[in-house]
Amino acid sequence: MIRLAIALAALAALAVVPMFVSEYELGLMIGMATYVALASAWALFSGHTRYISLATVAFYGTGAYTVAVLNETLPYPVVILCAGLIGAAMALLVGLSTLRLSGIYFVIFTFGLAELVRQLITWYEVTITGTLGRYIFLDLSARDIYWQMLALVAIAIGLTAWINRSRLGLALRAIGDDEVVAAHSGIHLARTKLFAFTISATLITLVGAVASPRWVYVEPLIVFNPTVSFLTVIMALLGGANRLWGPLVGAIPLFLLFEWLSVNFPDTYPIFLGLMFIAVVFVLPNGLLAGFDDLRARFGRTKP
Amino acid sequence: MTLLKVDKAARNFGGLKAVDQVSFEMESGTIMGLLGPNGSGKTTLLNLISGFLAPSSGKIIFNGQNLAGARVDKIARAGIARTFQLVRILPSLTLLENVMLPAVFGHQAHWGKEADRVAREALEKTGLGDRAGAHAGDLNYIDQKRLELARALAAEPELLLLDEWLAGLNPTELQEGIRLISSLSGSGITIIMVEHIMEAVRALCPRCAVMNAGKLIADGETSQVLSDKSVIAAYLGDAEDA
Repeated sequence: MIRLAIALAALAALAVVPMFVSEYELGLMIGMATYVALASAWALFSGHTRYISLATVAFYGTGAYTVAVLNETLPYPVVILCAGLIGAAMALLVGLSTLRLSGIYFVIFTFGLAELVRQLITWYEVTITGTLGRYIFLDLSARDIYWQMLALVAIAIGLTAWINRSRLGLALRAIGDDEVVAAHSGIHLARTKLFAFTISATLITLVGAVASPRWVYVEPLIVFNPTVSFLTVIMALLGGANRLWGPLVGAIPLFLLFEWLSVNFPDTYPIFLGLMFIAVVFVLPNGLLAGFDDLRARFGRTKP
Repeated sequence: MTLLKVDKAARNFGGLKAVDQVSFEMESGTIMGLLGPNGSGKTTLLNLISGFLAPSSGKIIFNGQNLAGARVDKIARAGIARTFQLVRILPSLTLLENVMLPAVFGHQAHWGKEADRVAREALEKTGLGDRAGAHAGDLNYIDQKRLELARALAAEPELLLLDEWLAGLNPTELQEGIRLISSLSGSGITIIMVEHIMEAVRALCPRCAVMNAGKLIADGETSQVLSDKSVIAAYLGDAEDA
């Protein structure tokens, strides 16, 4: 209860922040909220099951592209609804065909999926509609986008908290440890994984849809940038993907770090991305929060 | 009442007949030892019953329902639980969570306080009651075996498949294990136990079935089965070979 109160108070405080910051700072806040939402939504499925998905940008880009295609013909709330439905349908389709794969095969498939979606859209735009880029003209201020993104952050973390306490959470953790034991305990593997994957992917699609008006001009190469998938994974892993607040703890410092790097070292910053990836996996395989717990346990023991 | 009827069950791996036209029946509440030399198909037979492998042909009728080839989780929910020859626990979960799993998703599908009660009872029965909050990954081998049994019990199964659950125990633990299984068997659970420890088989199983090269070569009262010529030949080789 106290935790819930603190979380709600923090959310309220974050909601009034736009009144006090500059346009540039608000942009930073939006970027940060975007990655917190992405990492939290990603961890909702991958955190407990340990299925490392690199399909983040496939859904994120699909959300953005849905807005780009529909923004002139439908009212904004309907566009967002469509993006969510398209994301859910795509997740069901992808889930049904991939969740039988395990380990590295799943990773490779999801990475390939992002490329496939990008190529399909490029082909469609070039050969059918004859245009490659699209414009998004929506009457939304940066504040509107920030509030919508904040709502997505709240939904992603709230849903994760709810799942962690539910039967679904227990099932996902069991699947992450040993699928054979999970099945022998009576867990319907395919249905459980598909359900969680679809929730996660739908949220990611919505994040892409909400973020898209910031670009104004959209084309496949921009919205299906694989860096988004990698960043999401390393942010969630840095904080601790199986912790409720892990993705948030990982996303904020990494987002700021990469923002700074991309401004100061625009040409070499992908190198830092790679180095960070390696460092996270080697130094903090269970994430920062687990690292803190270990430290606390160690100091607790040495105290007289 | 017949709980389990295995009817001409077979499983081939390429040209190898791992389980070859095996048929037997079990009454509810009975316990049977499943014996046989290494590689004779005992574990494969258990895998067919628990659904880990689908039979190539034949029927496995449980409570009047043919479960041959059904999904593992469906078979688990129907009331069949098992332990594994090589212990399989969920290391990042606590003992209580490990055991809660089949209580929640298994035969009876409990949730909340009821699931907690069933899980704690199963831990108590196997002597792990005071360590419910520990992580399963921190247990030693014997306690992992206990945890596996506790997990199978928390499913509240009608049929329990034990795959060499007593193997690797020291003499004191073995006596304890035998007492535990005998108390389970007295509580009405039907048990099939694959076992190499003859002392345990004689103490626990009034009935034994013996497999060799995928075939069921003997099935009956334990002392008779153990003195059967074909059984002795399967273990020690034919007299002509000697």
